[in-house]
Amino acid sequence: MAQVTVEADRVPAAGIVQMRCAGPWTVRGIAQIEKQLEALSWPTGRELVIDGSAMSALDTSGAWLLHRTVRALEKQGCTVRMQALRPEFASLLQLITSREVAAHAPAPAAPSALARIGQEGWSIALGTADYLSFVGESFTVLLRSLLQPRRIRWRPILHNMQIAGVEALPITGLLSFLMGIVIAYQGADQLQRFGANIFIADLVGLAMLRELSPLLTAIIIAGRSGSAYTAQIGTMKVTEEIDALRTIGVAPQELLVLPKMLALIIVMPLLTVYTDVTGVLGGMIMAQSKLNVSFGVFLDRLDEAISLSSYVTGVSKAPVFAMIVALVGCYRGFQVTGSAESVGTQTTLSVVQSIFLVIVTDAIFSVVFNILDL
Amino acid sequence: METRSASSDPVIEVRGLHTRFGEAVVHQNLDMSVHPGEIFALVGGSGTGKSTLLREAILLQPPVSGSIRVFGQEIVGMSDEEALPLRRRWGVMFERGALFSALTVTGNVAMVLQEHTPLSDRLIDEIAAVKIALTGLPTDAGPKYPSELSGGMRKRASLARALALDPELLFLDEPTAGLDPLSATGIDELIRSLRDSLGLTIMMVTHDLDLLWRAADRVAVLGNGRIVGVGTMTELSKSNDPLVRQYFYGPRGRAASEQAWKQKSIS
Repeated sequence: MAQVTVEADRVPAAGIVQMRCAGPWTVRGIAQIEKQLEALSWPTGRELVIDGSAMSALDTSGAWLLHRTVRALEKQGCTVRMQALRPEFASLLQLITSREVAAHAPAPAAPSALARIGQEGWSIALGTADYLSFVGESFTVLLRSLLQPRRIRWRPILHNMQIAGVEALPITGLLSFLMGIVIAYQGADQLQRFGANIFIADLVGLAMLRELSPLLTAIIIAGRSGSAYTAQIGTMKVTEEIDALRTIGVAPQELLVLPKMLALIIVMPLLTVYTDVTGVLGGMIMAQSKLNVSFGVFLDRLDEAISLSSYVTGVSKAPVFAMIVALVGCYRGFQVTGSAESVGTQTTLSVVQSIFLVIVTDAIFSVVFNILDL
Repeated sequence: METRSASSDPVIEVRGLHTRFGEAVVHQNLDMSVHPGEIFALVGGSGTGKSTLLREAILLQPPVSGSIRVFGQEIVGMSDEEALPLRRRWGVMFERGALFSALTVTGNVAMVLQEHTPLSDRLIDEIAAVKIALTGLPTDAGPKYPSELSGGMRKRASLARALALDPELLFLDEPTAGLDPLSATGIDELIRSLRDSLGLTIMMVTHDLDLLWRAADRVAVLGNGRIVGVGTMTELSKSNDPLVRQYFYGPRGRAASEQAWKQKSIS
């Protein structure tokens, strides 16, 4: 065990105090010494001899502790002398002494509450401006591509459609099917009470086509593809691939954002129609088993209950949601800075913000459609 | 340090090592030993398995067969639990630094100390600052994040982290790759001075002929899955093995050796 003892010398008149260091002064041994040194009461303004004859090992951490102690003592006005220190230990101590070590800086004071609110508000304002400029840039690139259709990169668009659309069919279909079952199940009791069994078709049809299936699809795609966009672009940012694209003379927006956005704009309405079908199918199965409304009767009623405008308003929301998911996902990817942690933070933000914006937009749609009497 | 001076057994001893990736044979019956206190360099063309050998020695990758002894202990087939005491005795500096991007430079060094020692936070921060100063980084580099550092500074910070626990053995993967000549020279000197002042044993993988001439005590040349030549640079430069000659007598090899001779005659 590493040890340190302080004792007054045999000749007290000379005023010399001896400090004996023993054992291994290494990173694994100095935990006790650190506490011992703090507990010791030091003489002031006297001569101190450090005896290292019993020191069995010294590494840079031990040397630092020794150096720190010596420095503190010298500040108090002690004269410190080393004695019987092995030459290799002395040279190590010399090495540590020769380096300028950064002072133990205290943590900067936390800003006041008012300052924090200001900083937070300012950063939100900057972030919003930044996001709007990203949206603007993306649309400029989109317009430029539409004016020169030959510049549109179809291969990545098709690839993205495959990943975000075709491969999302099972999960979106299953969830919307279950949603249809749940709505029919919840509605069945109420309708039965009034003997209005047949209106189950109105309930399921309107709820799914107008509201739920576009919303559900957008939320699933935000979690599935929006997050993937952020992680992909973010990692490319970390590995400087985005910078590489710029130097080659390819606008990252054109190669990374546009194909994703176009693919989602094409795929989301299709997915919405598909989830309309699976959702109604779920409701239909539930209607038959719980309310004895046969498929034929259900479909007849559906035809009467659902006007074309209900179907169109539902599907027309999909491209807007697609743009939100693609733009937020890509924007968050570009916001990634050097670290792995930042990829995680931005991916979380991407999913949360796109779902938030999708729901807010859906609410706005509801109000607008209501005013337009659609 | 006691253990270090007491024995002259090899720090790393590799015997009959076989490594294969699918069909590709990387090492075939490879023998090698690294002695205490020396700077041992592993060289060879791309794809000769230098980095693989390094990864095997630090337990990141198991060989197909053969024995690797580090500090006298067989590490092939060792469990993570058994390896922990060994891992505390060596430090590794990765080619691209591998600094934790979420932590500052001080945080990177301090994290190792916090994991393995019961020291107070204040002392840990100070020791971290000492290691950072030892590697020649400026004092204001401590609170910076890895993404704010230049390549050379990142290497030094990575070295500071490797030195956190005062290891007896240091593994360096391409310590000078991607550095400008001035920084690379700094690294040469740093490696030598660390060995001299801390008594480290260093095993490094490198392509840098200048670094080999300046810093390495012994150099092993890998080729055809085994070591085709081992010795000091002067010995190797006289070797008749075609693979060794090919490596050291390319145009760059000649330039570096001429440089080394000139420097010797000056000093």
